[in-house]
Amino acid sequence: MRRFLHGLPGVEQVGEEARAAGLGTRSIKTTAKAQALDLAIRMVDLTTLEGSDTPGKVRALSSKAMRPDPADPTCPATAAVCVYPDMVAIAKETLGDSGVNVAAVATAFPSGRAALDIKLADTRDAVEAGADEIDMVIDRGAFLSGRYKAVFDEIVAVREACARPDGDSAHLKVIFETGELQTYDNVRRASWLAMMAGAHFIKTSTGKVQPAATLPVTLVMLEAVRDFRDSTGHMVGVKPAGGIRTAKDAIKYLVMVNEVVGGDWLDPDWFRFGASTLLNDLLMQRTKMTTGRYSGPDYFTLD
Amino acid sequence: MARIDVRKTYKLYIGGQFPRSESGRSYVVNDAKGKLLANAALASRKDARDAVVAARKAFGGWSGRTAYNRAQVVYRIAEVLEGRREQFEAELRAAEGISPAKARTYVDAAIDRLVWYAGWADKLTQVVGNANPVAGPYFNLSTPEPSGVIAVVAPNGPLLGLVSVVAPLIVTGNTVVVIASEAHPLTAITLGEVMATSDLPGGVVNVLTGHQAEIAPWLASHMDVNGIDLTGVTDVELATELEAAAAENLKRVRRPSPDEDWLAEPGLERMTAFQETKTVWHPIGV
Repeated sequence: MRRFLHGLPGVEQVGEEARAAGLGTRSIKTTAKAQALDLAIRMVDLTTLEGSDTPGKVRALSSKAMRPDPADPTCPATAAVCVYPDMVAIAKETLGDSGVNVAAVATAFPSGRAALDIKLADTRDAVEAGADEIDMVIDRGAFLSGRYKAVFDEIVAVREACARPDGDSAHLKVIFETGELQTYDNVRRASWLAMMAGAHFIKTSTGKVQPAATLPVTLVMLEAVRDFRDSTGHMVGVKPAGGIRTAKDAIKYLVMVNEVVGGDWLDPDWFRFGASTLLNDLLMQRTKMTTGRYSGPDYFTLD
Repeated sequence: MARIDVRKTYKLYIGGQFPRSESGRSYVVNDAKGKLLANAALASRKDARDAVVAARKAFGGWSGRTAYNRAQVVYRIAEVLEGRREQFEAELRAAEGISPAKARTYVDAAIDRLVWYAGWADKLTQVVGNANPVAGPYFNLSTPEPSGVIAVVAPNGPLLGLVSVVAPLIVTGNTVVVIASEAHPLTAITLGEVMATSDLPGGVVNVLTGHQAEIAPWLASHMDVNGIDLTGVTDVELATELEAAAAENLKRVRRPSPDEDWLAEPGLERMTAFQETKTVWHPIGV
C-alpha cells in the first residue's frame, strides 16, 4: 500500500493553485446562476457541531433544512442535516420522511483521538439512532507518520459498523482534515487510501481547523475521484466543508466540479457542501434573483 | 529636470478603505470652466451593495458607543478638517469657480456645522425623549434610537451640502451610504480621507461617486437599508420612483427639499428624521 500511495504522481502545487484560481474566475449569470443557486442549496449539509448544541437548536435547523425559505415554496430542501451522534434521534424525529438525510459525525470527531472500539461504538450508536450518513475522521497522526495500513483498517472497520440490521448501510464520508495534512501530495494519497477502503464520500475538513476547505484542495480530491472512477468504475462523492460562506464561493466549486469531473457529479448524491452560514447567503442571492432587489440578513433565520 | 506631477486617483470610500469601483469604470469631472479636473470612480450597484454590507457591519459598534463618544469623534472630524482647510478651499474654488472668500465661508460653515452637530449627540435624547405621563404605577420613558443603515443622495454643494446631510445621521448612531454629488464628487472623497483619519470607524460613512439615477434605485429597494434621504434628487420622477421602491420594506424616506439654505442653522429635523422611538414601561416600585 505504501508503495502504491507513494507511487501516485505528485501534485504540482503552483499549477494546481493556478488552475483552481482560473476556474474561480468564470462568470455565472442569470438563468445559469439561478440554477446553480438551487443546486447549491440542494447540496448543502446544514451543519451544527457546537458543544452548545441543544435539542431546540437541532429541531430549528432541521425545520430550516426542509424549508430553507419559508416565504418561497419553490425553494428546494437541503441534502442533509449534520449533527453530533447524540442529536441524531432529535433531527430524525423532526425530519421524518421529508427526504432530508441526517448525517452524524462519529469516531471521536473532530480530533479522532480515541481507541478504535470507542470510535466503532460511536458509529454504531449513530447508525442505530437513525443516521443516514456517517462522517468519520481519519487518524491524521497515523497517516502523517506513515502508518497507512492502520488508517485503512480503521476506515474499513467503520464502514462495517455503518451496516444496519436490514442489510442496508449508512453512507460513509471520510474526513481528511486537509488543513493538517500539510501537502497536496498527502491529500491525494489520503483520497486514494479512503476510496480504496470503501468510502462513499471524501470530505475535506471538520470545520474546526483552519485552513478548512479551499479550492485547490478540493481540486486535488476531485481529480482523485475522477481517476478512481477511470481505473475502477466506482464513483465516489466529494464534500468540501468549512470556510465556504458565500454563494459566489459555492458557485466557484460547482464550476470546478463541472470542469474537472463533469456533470455526473453535479448532484447532491455526489457533491455536498458542509456549511451553515452559506445557506443564508444562497437564500439571499436567490431572493435577489426572484425579487430584483437586494435582500438582507433580517429576513432569514440566524443559526 | 522637471518634476513629474503626482496626480491623485479619486476612488470610492467603503468600509474605511478606498477601493476602485468593482466595475472598473470612471467618469470625467470638469472644473467650473469645463476643463478636465480629474477622473472619478463610477460606482456600480455592486459597489452600493458592498457599501451597505460595510455600513451594516459597522452599525452595531457605532450605535453602541456612548453619545458622548460619538460627539468626540464627530468633533474630531471638524478638527482634522480645520487642519486641511486650504486643500478644501482650493478644491472648492477649482470645482465650482467661486471666489476665495466664498470658498472660505463654505469651509468655515462646514466645520462649524460638524461642531454644532457634534454638540447635539448627547443632548438630543433629552430634547426629543420624554417621561410620559401614564395612569398607573409605572415610569414610561421614550428615547430615540438610530434607525440603522441610511442611504443618502447628497445635494450638489460639494462640502457643506455633504457635511450637512451626513453629520446629523452619524451623531445619532446611524451608519450611512452616501451618493456624492454627481457634478462635484472629488471633494466628497477628500472628505472621506478626513473621516478615515479621525477615529471614525470604517463603514460608518461610505461614499459612492457616480450617477445617482443608476445607484439610488438599488439603495432605495435594498431590503437591508432602513432609511433613505433623497435631498440631492432633483428629478421629480426619479424621486417618486425611489419613494415607491423604498416602500417595500417600509424605509423611512426623507423627501427632497429643493431650496434649502445650507448656510442657515439647520434645526433638529435632520437628526430626528432617522430615529425610532423606543418606549419602556418600568414599574415604579414602592
